[in-house]
Amino acid sequence: MSQLGRYFRVLKLFWSVAIAAELEYRLNFVIAGLSSLGGLAGNLFGLFLFYRTGYEFQDWSWEEALIVLGVFTLLQGVSATFLVPNLNKIVDHVQQGTLDFVLLKPISSQFWLSTRTVSPWGLPDLFFGLVIIVYAGSRLGLSSSAYLALVPPLLFGIASLYSLWFMLGATSIWFVKIYNVTEVLRGLLEAGRFPIVGYPAAYRIFFTFVIPVAFLTTVPAQMMLQRTEVPWLIGSAVLAIALLQLSKWFWQYALRFYTSASS
Amino acid sequence: MVPILMAAPWRWLYRPWRIFRVFSVIYYAYMVEYRAELILWMLSGSFPLILMGLWNQAAQSGQMGLQPVEFVRYFLAVFLARQFTVVWVIWEFEKEVVQGKLSPLLLQPIDPVWRHFFSHFSERFARLPFAILLVGLFFWLYPDAIWMPTLYGWFWGLIAITLSFCLRFIMQYTFAMLAFWVERATAIQQFWYLFYIFLSGMIAPLELFPPAVREFVLWTPFPYMIYFPASLLVGLPVDLGRGLVTILFWGGVSLAINRWLWRRGLRHYSGMGA
Repeated sequence: MSQLGRYFRVLKLFWSVAIAAELEYRLNFVIAGLSSLGGLAGNLFGLFLFYRTGYEFQDWSWEEALIVLGVFTLLQGVSATFLVPNLNKIVDHVQQGTLDFVLLKPISSQFWLSTRTVSPWGLPDLFFGLVIIVYAGSRLGLSSSAYLALVPPLLFGIASLYSLWFMLGATSIWFVKIYNVTEVLRGLLEAGRFPIVGYPAAYRIFFTFVIPVAFLTTVPAQMMLQRTEVPWLIGSAVLAIALLQLSKWFWQYALRFYTSASS
Repeated sequence: MVPILMAAPWRWLYRPWRIFRVFSVIYYAYMVEYRAELILWMLSGSFPLILMGLWNQAAQSGQMGLQPVEFVRYFLAVFLARQFTVVWVIWEFEKEVVQGKLSPLLLQPIDPVWRHFFSHFSERFARLPFAILLVGLFFWLYPDAIWMPTLYGWFWGLIAITLSFCLRFIMQYTFAMLAFWVERATAIQQFWYLFYIFLSGMIAPLELFPPAVREFVLWTPFPYMIYFPASLLVGLPVDLGRGLVTILFWGGVSLAINRWLWRRGLRHYSGMGA
């Protein structure tokens, strides 16, 4: 308990410092809000282009597809708030050798690297994501238990996303100059805007088994619409736990190859 | 040294040619050095390929007005058009201004913009082999999509890509000028980028937009950065004259604003050590 309590205390310190620092840039927050609103409008427009002709993704009505979009927006907010500000800095730590200082701290280095800061820039996305989900949910007449059902697969999805992202960041130990590797992942994650059945078979296999985009947005949305069979939820849980554990191992393995910047 | 040459009527071309040659070669060498990163940059532009899958699947229903294979070709052309019109000058320029690195560049007898321009220009050639490889791989996986643009398509398509690259470059460099006054000019660029994503034809050919929206969008610069060159390459009908005029118009307007901001900005500039 004391161990866990210590991590909580550290986390609180990290985040209060980070938020205090970010509040210096209030104008940026306004811009972030506008960008997220613009992004939302664009995403809706993109989805509308499909539905406008009367076409629909197999068994996904407009409102149901909106839920997928809402989950996607929510995840975008999560990654902008928690993942991007931390994980994209691993490269810098490796390149400048400041990873040495992190490793010397009496705390898990993976924890430090993953939670050091938090950025309020993602909050508008979190907010709009929720708005879409609630809007579509109320149009569909979903009960409050449906919203609750969304939570577990969403958390699993976030855990999987974090693990993948962290492992990619960890590869910078070998390939120092690779800033863009996480951009490749982000580019592929864009596929999560739409229900997975909208894709041809080959894409579906890729986005389920190679880059598990399906588990990030489609499965949570299906869970909320109460049409997922239990196996998918279990799959999502197993995937999350396996990837988390893998990321831990991978980090320990990668550290064996870390030779600091000056040595 | 070469008096006959120097006295010739093309003498004024001598300096621009040397600048062109030296900068292109230097920045090409520089970009080739980063080829691993370059491949990753290319792969991070996978968005059109994702949409290709969606539209291809949607077109199977026959309600979309275009054949599935037409969508595939269109989005491959979008992918390529995007690869060759990528611009990142604002991030570099912002860094130069904020960190004061612009100051030594101002002492040189050449406008700093040319360094940026040629680094982009040369990067296109470093990217070219990978692009050819990817297209080859794509056709190998999906032979139905193979097509050869007509001579007309090649000629005007390549011109359109060149012009739209210049347009994007000028526009982004104009936003970059704001770095003289605000700390994060890139935030403005990122806002602008949203319109680029959704209105440029990257998410769908403009034929699929509602007519009113399409009419409006065609007056903005966005479709001429992606939709216009891509359509020329795959042979979808576009208004060539209007496209070229619109690109030149927006390019001219941006250039004028850009030069005005540049002069004002330099007076305002007080970077580190300036």
